[in-house]
Amino acid sequence: MIGIGHTRVPLRGFFVAMLVLLYLPIGLLFVFSFNAATTLSFPLSGFTTEWYASVIGNGPMLAAARNSLVVAVASATLATTIGALVALAVLRFSFRGRGLLLAMAGLPLLVPYVVLGVAFFLLFVTLDIHRSLLTVMIGHTVVAVPFATLILLARLSGLDPALEDAAMDLGASYPAAVRRVVLPIMGPTVLAAWLTCFIVSFDEIALAIFLVGGDPTFPVFLYGQLRFAQRLPVLIAGAVLLMLGTIALTVLITRLQDRRSD
Amino acid sequence: MIGRRGLLKFVAGPPFVVLAAFFIVPLVLIAAFSFREGSGVLGPSDGWAPTTEHYAEVLSTPAFMRLLGLSVLTASIIAVLATVLAYPVAYFLTFRAGRRAPLYLILLLIPFAVSYLLRVMAWKLMLGPEGGINSLLAALGLTDEPLQLLLYSRPAVIITLVYIWIPFAALPIYAAMQRIERHHLEAAADLGAGPWARFWRVTVPLSLPGALATFFLVFIPTVGEYVTPDLVGGTDGIMYGNIIQGFFTRSANWPLGSAMAMIMLVLTLVVVAIALRIIDVRRVAG
Repeated sequence: MIGIGHTRVPLRGFFVAMLVLLYLPIGLLFVFSFNAATTLSFPLSGFTTEWYASVIGNGPMLAAARNSLVVAVASATLATTIGALVALAVLRFSFRGRGLLLAMAGLPLLVPYVVLGVAFFLLFVTLDIHRSLLTVMIGHTVVAVPFATLILLARLSGLDPALEDAAMDLGASYPAAVRRVVLPIMGPTVLAAWLTCFIVSFDEIALAIFLVGGDPTFPVFLYGQLRFAQRLPVLIAGAVLLMLGTIALTVLITRLQDRRSD
Repeated sequence: MIGRRGLLKFVAGPPFVVLAAFFIVPLVLIAAFSFREGSGVLGPSDGWAPTTEHYAEVLSTPAFMRLLGLSVLTASIIAVLATVLAYPVAYFLTFRAGRRAPLYLILLLIPFAVSYLLRVMAWKLMLGPEGGINSLLAALGLTDEPLQLLLYSRPAVIITLVYIWIPFAALPIYAAMQRIERHHLEAAADLGAGPWARFWRVTVPLSLPGALATFFLVFIPTVGEYVTPDLVGGTDGIMYGNIIQGFFTRSANWPLGSAMAMIMLVLTLVVVAIALRIIDVRRVAG
């Protein structure tokens, strides 16, 4: 802003203090993962990379990470597809039930996960479907749909429908117009939506606890192991390694979404 | 709009079917189970005689109702704290950060990308009797024995969840502030309003929908929390969600648990309805 003064509130200081508070606990976890003790006590006990070395030999932990990866890829793909269809239907078609469809796609965001957990649990019990990674994947797809829908809706609403009409005037069918005109423009946003859904699923625990069978996802595995104080450093080391991956994804999402405003 | 009509069923059909089957039907099943006679584990063929006894039991058990009230109170405190702390952050990003705003935004959001469970663990490690805060206080000679009240308490739940939600809480407020026309602030300045007058009479009213959206978007998931209370809350910090989860695991009682879940669902939908009344959704969603 040019030409008007500010209050003297030290907002920059507040923001920096906030960042310090946000990063301090995460930094401590990082320190803890190199600390040669199973409690986080000061003074620290010495430097070790032992915990990281044990992650590699920890079969169940790696299996759980792989499970989470599979579930997250599948549910992100499904949720992004559903979100894209909802966005197209709502913005490019007029029909009765448009509001209902939008509400159904958004509402999973507004129901506490413990309630959704119970809901899915009862669904699979009633259908006599054994709980497994598949049931977790279904649950995660539903909770990721609102994120995909909102992200894609926001971008598609800024896209002139005349583009599709022009493509169709030139002889493209509607599906071809969507594939060859809308999707290329929407590409980065679709990827951002997919990555957001991926993270939502990868990190999700409250629903997964209700839905896992014998094969745990990574957060459920971690949750189950937390009772054993001795194993804590290895668990944290494993989680820190995965954290680096999700942080990279988040930076990527933010960059993809910035690009769309150009 | 030529050649599209026939495609509607392929575009709107799949999401309708998927969301009806895997979102609406499961919620209806909670209602069905909550009005079902019996207790414990009930299979599909165990009889569906209707009853309201489970609701009567929940409503007449003071411990359940007390926990429901405490959960609403705890979630409200967490949502208010997260909103109040995130507001200046969003203000800084919008009006003071200038060209570096995108970088600062990424810095703010990175902690949100760190696993939820990991961030809860960080606080458990810090608040514990042999944890970071206590051992630091002892090492500095400030305390002789560990402060016991830090971990396994309601304040521990509140601190942990406020910490978890702050980065996300800034986003709806930031979005609302970005839409404030700079002309409005300049006009106010031209008319003689000082920085504080402009803040209270222009910025606050125009960013209020964002702040309210933040409050509700934090309140709703938090009121049903059971993982964080389980990890850092101890027996003093448990919430309504822990009881619901218990009825589907340790002490299986599906109809009673369903009645409790139903009460929470109705409560949340009422809160959502109130939120939609006071927030103009189209302005928040852009």
